[in-house]
Amino acid sequence: MAEIEFHRSPAPDMPHTRPPATLLDLRKGEEAILDRIDLPDDVSLRLMELGFLPGSRVAASFRAPGGDPRVFRVDGTEVALRCETAARLHLRPLPKPDAASAT
Amino acid sequence: MNAASNLPVRAAGEAGPPPSRVVAVVGPPNSGKSTLFNRLTGLRQKVANFPGVTVEQHLGKLRIEDEAELDVIDLPGVYSLNPRSEDERVTLDVLMGRMEGVPRPDTILLILDVTNLGRHLVLAAPVLALGLPTLIVLNMADELERRGGDVQVEELARRLGAPVALISAASGEGYDTVLQFLRGRIGIPRPVELPALNDLPRCREWAARLGAEAKYLPPAPPVWTRRLDGLFLHPVAGPLVFLAVVVAVFQTIFSAAAPLMDLVDRAVGASGDLVGRLLPEGPLRSLVVEGIWGGVGSVLVFLPQILILFLFIGLLEDSGYLARAALIADRTMAKVGLQGKSFIPLLSAYACAVPAIMATRTIENKRDRIATILIAPFMTCSARLPVYTLIIAAFLPERPLLGPLLGTRAAALLGLYVLGFAAAVVTARVLKSSILKSERTPFVLEMPPYRRPTLRQVGLRLFDRSKVFLRRAGTVILAMSILLWGLAHVPTKNGKAPEIADSFAGTIGRTVEPLIEPLGFNWKIGIGLITSLAAREVIVGTLGTIYGIEGDDDGASLQAALRHDLTPAGAVALLVFFAFAMQCMSTIAVVRRETGGWTWPILQFTYMGVLAWVGAFVAFRLVTALLA
Ligand SMILES: Nc1nc2c(ncn2[C@@H]2O[C@H](COP(=O)(O)OP(=O)(O)OP(=O)(O)O)[C@@H](O)[C@H]2O)c(=O)[nH]1
Ligand SMILES: [Mg+2]
Repeated sequence: MAEIEFHRSPAPDMPHTRPPATLLDLRKGEEAILDRIDLPDDVSLRLMELGFLPGSRVAASFRAPGGDPRVFRVDGTEVALRCETAARLHLRPLPKPDAASAT
Repeated sequence: MNAASNLPVRAAGEAGPPPSRVVAVVGPPNSGKSTLFNRLTGLRQKVANFPGVTVEQHLGKLRIEDEAELDVIDLPGVYSLNPRSEDERVTLDVLMGRMEGVPRPDTILLILDVTNLGRHLVLAAPVLALGLPTLIVLNMADELERRGGDVQVEELARRLGAPVALISAASGEGYDTVLQFLRGRIGIPRPVELPALNDLPRCREWAARLGAEAKYLPPAPPVWTRRLDGLFLHPVAGPLVFLAVVVAVFQTIFSAAAPLMDLVDRAVGASGDLVGRLLPEGPLRSLVVEGIWGGVGSVLVFLPQILILFLFIGLLEDSGYLARAALIADRTMAKVGLQGKSFIPLLSAYACAVPAIMATRTIENKRDRIATILIAPFMTCSARLPVYTLIIAAFLPERPLLGPLLGTRAAALLGLYVLGFAAAVVTARVLKSSILKSERTPFVLEMPPYRRPTLRQVGLRLFDRSKVFLRRAGTVILAMSILLWGLAHVPTKNGKAPEIADSFAGTIGRTVEPLIEPLGFNWKIGIGLITSLAAREVIVGTLGTIYGIEGDDDGASLQAALRHDLTPAGAVALLVFFAFAMQCMSTIAVVRRETGGWTWPILQFTYMGVLAWVGAFVAFRLVTALLA
């Protein structure tokens, strides 16, 4: 099957060496700001309608047993995405380093 | 249509809207549209706690005192007016007056979930831009209050340029405002300028600003939802809970239903005897007692089991667990080339394939949708339940497997459900890697908060289910029983009814016998297979009628009679046959409608039929060899 490639997320207990680059890198409870969506227009529009707007806060929540799909908390709701999709949502770091505790 | 104009023009503000005639209920998925629609019209459209329940328009009437009757239209949920799936297209078509047979709406009730106002308000921009009198209904007031949120309704109305009502569609709180609005008794604020509709970030900012101006205080996060997800989506506990629930369902279908079934059985038997004594000896008595009571009665017995099944399905749907089940199943679905969204229709196919096939409308990708339609009838629908339990109970003695938790019969039933699911998955895999190959479409599913199923809602569901079941018993099964009784009594020999084997019915059965003999079935089962083309459970009624007519020794139960006609290997083959075959007229009809032609239903019927025959043949040979 021709699958969309995505890089693996770090092991849950390892500290980040770099700030998370995509939603896939977010660990449970971690929060970041969405920068852009790298997906075809119709898909990204649907994601935007669900709250994934560039500049909005996204937090990683539960995962299905096995780790895929994952649930993300965005704009007041929880939305499940497959990892291959989550890897296409790019992040920018939070403005302040300790702002992650506010939710 | 809407994405082009940057400054949408709205109808000039008037003192009040003209008296409305056709009211459309619009809103994002799972916001409570159908709940409000049911309250307005007194109908009982399906309500459940996951997005995408309503997939086509439903019309109802509302009568307000001393006013004309209003048409109310319930619509599928939409996130925007740019449709991407079949159900969303329905909403747009109805709103634009393009839907055949549906009057064009002149008034809108826009239902938004007030616990998530910021995001839901975005939909107000394109809807208000339609220029129709619109009431913004903020639903779930009870939840907002319980979780400590707040909003100033008048302020929001002023800023939005449209009247706003804060209600709870479920409890009826604030419902009067909706009626007032429909009577034209609510003044409409001056329309305001709306944001550019094609600029989603701007629309979202606009909604956020409105929320801030209306002092919207979002409710606290749903604590219980997080706690429950911590359990149900736990990597180890989650699947275990899932398994435990499934096992519990099957065990109760057998153990808890048994006393109730006995009760129904005795009631059917006693009433049959009574009617038999009241009628004079002759063909009429035979028709009523053997044909009707024997046929319809033997199906009625299964009502308790079906209700237990629906009780569980109802609890899963109303609580919000279904969306989590779709999440857990997504990996399996991904392996066969489908997505988690396909799993929701497949789950509802456990009740019945017809609504399940309708529910595939929420799948955006056309090929995924067709593949889901094609595999849905493999899921064990409730009509198979009477057939399965009859055969299992007749041939398999009950023994505990896991103490009192799981017995042999429940395990066998579970096995048949797994068999159907496996057939679905393998078929999907074949289809998705051949004729229905497509790009992988992303799986995007909103998780609803858990909600406590209400007694009223669950009770109404069971009531409605019983009605459906009884109606089927009173129509399809009754008609088939009478027809069969007739065919079993002609041609007369010397003025006397023939032996059933020599009757028309028997001749038909014996004609197909060579075809099914390799499966271990005789001509009586053959008659049942033919009548069950109408609907699966008809075979139970048919066998009931046949044995009723034959009935030398009364009191011999259907189960006992069945043991005369089937070897254990034949019984297994019959179970496999029913697991695979597409014996349901309604399913064929709905597949034709939803796929827009005969190609797919014919293909599906043939494929499932061949699979059923081959599967039953293999099962018969295998079990015969094993038992030899
Ligand atoms: N607490 C609370 N729950 C509600 C209220 N109104 C509806 N619900 C629940 O919200 C869920 C969704 O209700 P529906 O009426 O099916 O929603 P819908 O908008 O028709 O959903 P779709 O047809 O999927 O678009 C159900 O579980 C309802 O019981 C309310 O006022 N308060
Ligand atoms: Mg609905």
